[in-house]
Formats: sequence, structure tokens, C-alpha cells
Amino acid sequence: MCSTAAVATRTPVICGIGLSDYPIAPHLTSTQHHAQAMQRALEDCAMPKSDLDGYVNASSSPNDMAVAMAEYLGIKHRYFDSTMTGGSSFEFHVQHAAAAIKDGLAEAILVTYGSDQLTRMGRMLGTGGFHTSDSRVEGTSQFMSSYGIPLVGSYAMAARRHMHEFGTTSEQLAEIAVGVREYATYNPLARYRDPITIDDVLGSRMVADPLHKLDCCVITDGGGAFIMTTEERARDLAQPPVYVLGAAGTQTHWNIIQMPDFTEPGVATAGPEALGRAGVTVDDIDVLQLYDSFTITVLMMLEGLGFAGKGEGGALVQEGHFRKGGKWPMNTDGGGLSSNHPGMRGIFLIIEAVRQLRGQAGAVQVPDCDIALACGSGGWLSCMGAVVLGKDRPS
Amino acid sequence: MMDVIRDRQWDRPTPAGEGEYGPWFEACAQGRLLIQHCDACGHRQWYPRAICTRCAATPRWQEVSPRGTVYTFTIIRQYGAKPFAGELPYCVAMVDLDDAPVRMFGTLTGIAVDDVRVDLPVEAYAVEYEPGRAVPYWRPI
Repeated sequence: MCSTAAVATRTPVICGIGLSDYPIAPHLTSTQHHAQAMQRALEDCAMPKSDLDGYVNASSSPNDMAVAMAEYLGIKHRYFDSTMTGGSSFEFHVQHAAAAIKDGLAEAILVTYGSDQLTRMGRMLGTGGFHTSDSRVEGTSQFMSSYGIPLVGSYAMAARRHMHEFGTTSEQLAEIAVGVREYATYNPLARYRDPITIDDVLGSRMVADPLHKLDCCVITDGGGAFIMTTEERARDLAQPPVYVLGAAGTQTHWNIIQMPDFTEPGVATAGPEALGRAGVTVDDIDVLQLYDSFTITVLMMLEGLGFAGKGEGGALVQEGHFRKGGKWPMNTDGGGLSSNHPGMRGIFLIIEAVRQLRGQAGAVQVPDCDIALACGSGGWLSCMGAVVLGKDRPS
Repeated sequence: MMDVIRDRQWDRPTPAGEGEYGPWFEACAQGRLLIQHCDACGHRQWYPRAICTRCAATPRWQEVSPRGTVYTFTIIRQYGAKPFAGELPYCVAMVDLDDAPVRMFGTLTGIAVDDVRVDLPVEAYAVEYEPGRAVPYWRPI
């Protein structure tokens, strides 16, 4: 006999969240970002550090890779996950940690991220260039590295194909940047806070056709942490729990040159799976946190998730649904396009969704916010994960 | 067959061509553009791998016509890495091959960047980066 009560007590929730200093934090190294975000997440929910028995971290750099940070932070874990899918890692982490909590593999799982990339590397990630002219490049990236394609170029090729197949316009993409910037004006920490217009986006310099500077995310320092536990444990903590209603992730390729269809994102399968697990449709979603590395990323996700039909995302965004006060308010912290993007942004999608579902989002609080959808993209539109979070326990 | 340019000073990141990748670059230097064909299931693929991504059998090399059409492209206008920073703006493109359901990548030269369009017919030519090894570039037919 399966006791319903016993299952219910292991319902996975997000109980604590924390952000480290951003967008420019020359006083913090990557490890300090992890540590500060962890402190703040523990303080947020008033959980003692000794409760943590699971640790998750997506970094692949030697200084703050998961095993190194577990040692640095002093976490004696019995559940451990270092899944690295790029910026979407944290959406995959929620999926994995929820299953682990449910199955009793851990009682309290900490997920951390930290990056000092702006301070340490300047803007190299975007268009600075990784390979020097005398590099010998091994592995599969050697089929690209001779030709000089910066990160933005991959997204630009997807945008160009989308425009070719569906008539999507630069004005439609610009609407996404304008809407997200409107939210950034309410975030005192956002990297850029001055309102912008469609013309501002179209008039900003072209970085890789058809993407302008203002179609591209900012580059910042920053970090975040969240803690997952059982619904039962969360009852004794300081914050209302946020329930994991459904999560799914998938990979279509890694290198952009292997993307099977440049207009078909992986979330076209992962999105419906996550929504289906949650038992909701796009019409039930109250707030959206989408990985806005570039405006085209958002447009493709909206189509993949089912907010718009294939090729119809451009027309839909022009109707204003994703702006403040719209049907599906999106990226309420100012997103990666305007607030912060320290390398892998997926953790901030989860944290902002939790803030909204708790009703703690202040001037940008979405009224009657019961269900949030966070969707991350990692690599070059490569690995996408969708997470549905709810204010109320799943029925 | 591709034209092969052998006298160009190579000043950019160099493919290591280790293991399963080497023969592809070596064929390029002979003017031959290769993909892989799986005799077990008929699947064709690029870049080269030790297995067929559809059925896991061992694929064989297949020479294809170096002609195709532009599937998508971008004009790079900002990039800090040398030597590319001195060559802005330039075009990189994904090319659908005429002979096989396979897409390749590379720099598109020989055309004003503002004239590049999706579906533009193009052909590959090879540039040798070290004796006996080359990479393909693309140009309009």
C-alpha cells in the first residue's frame, strides 16, 4: 500500500534563494560569489548550514568546479550533481534535485553559481575571441575555429534563418529587448536601466547580422544560490515554499554547426514535457523567466514552448504580451539583456521565479502570481531545460 | 574536386586533426571533400566520427561534390581575436551540400558581404594550413 501522506511529505520545494553582488563586483572572485550567494540563501530561509546534505554546481573551471567548491564550502554531501549544459544547467539541476528529494537521496540540496568573468576577462565571452591565431584546436570545435565565429555569430545564423523562413523582422526582435529593458528600469542593480525604444535597438551597432548590440545580453559578474528540500522540512523554515510542478530538458546538438534545424529549439520537446508533467498549459502561466542571451533565443523559446506557433513568435511579441502589465510578463528582473549575465544565467531564472511566486518582487510583482515558467538555454541554443514552479502544492 | 590554395600564409587557429579527424583535412588538401556514409543504415554525416550517429555502425568515407547552397549565414562585424579583427566585416555560412543531406560550415569569400543571401549557390575551395592538410572555404559559383 502506498501511503499518500508519505509521498506528500517528500514533495520537492525550493525553500531558499540568494544572489551575490552584481553586476560589477571587482571585490569578489568566483569562489566568493558562490560563498556569498550560499550565505544569503541560508539566511533567506533561516536554514543552518549543517542541514545541507546535497550539493550541485555546474562550473567546469578548475577554481570553482563542483568537487572543489564542495570542499571549499565544507559540504558533506550524500547527493552530488555537476551537470554542465551551459547556461541551462540550473534548469536541469532542478529536475535532478527534485527527483533526488522525492526519492530520499537527500534532505536539503544546495545549488550555487558564481562568476567574476567581467572583472577577470572583460568582454571576451561575447566577441573578444577565445582562440589565438597560433592555437592548435583539438576536438570537434576544430571544424569551426579557423573561421572566426564569435559566440554571437551562432545566434545570428539562427536569427537569419528564422527571418528567411518566416519573415521575422529586426523590429520584432527589438521588441523583446525593449520590454526586458522596461523591467530593468525598476531594478536598481541592473547593468543598464535607461528605457530604450525599438529605434534604439535598430540604431545600435550591428555586431553580427542581423543581431545588433542591443539584441545581445550584457556581460557582468554575479552569482546565485538556491536550496531545495521537502515540503515537510520547509514548514519550519522562514520562507513560503515554492513547488516544483514539472521539469524537463533536452539537447539537440552542442556545436552550432550540428544544429539539425536552426529554427527548431530543443524546448519544442522539453517545454511540452515540463508543462505536461505540471498539468498546465501556457495559458496557466503567470510569469515567464526565459534565457535572453539574445533576442532570438527568446523568440525561439516562445515558439518552442507553445506560446506562439512556429514562425509566429515575431507577430506575437509585437502584441505586447510579454511586457510589464501584459498577459505573460517576462524577465521581471531585467533579464540578461539588461540586468545581469555572468556567463551562465540559468540560476537567475529560477531565483526570480521564486521571488515572484513568493510575492516578494516589489515594484515588478506580477499580481496573482501562482505559476511561473523558467526556461534555460545552454551552449549555442544547444541544451534547453524548462521548469514549471508553483505557489501552491501540486494537486 | 576543389581548387587547393597552397601558398597562403596561415595565421589563424589550426585544426589539430587528431585521430578520426585527420583524414578529412588530408583529403581537403588533395581537393577532395569528404563526408561519412553508413553502409549499415544509409545515414550520412559530417563532422567525421568513429561511429554512425544513427545506428552506431562504423561509417566509411564518401567523396561528394563541393557544391551547395547557403542555408544561413551571418556577417561578423565585431570580433577581437586576431587575425579576424583585421578582416571585419566577413561572412561565415552554413552550406547545404548538393550531393547529400549534410550541412558544412566555413567562411564565404569572393562576394560583397551585403550581397550574401540564403540559397546562394556556392562551391568549396581548399586552403592548405600545413603541408598535406587543408580546410574548405566557400565562394559563389
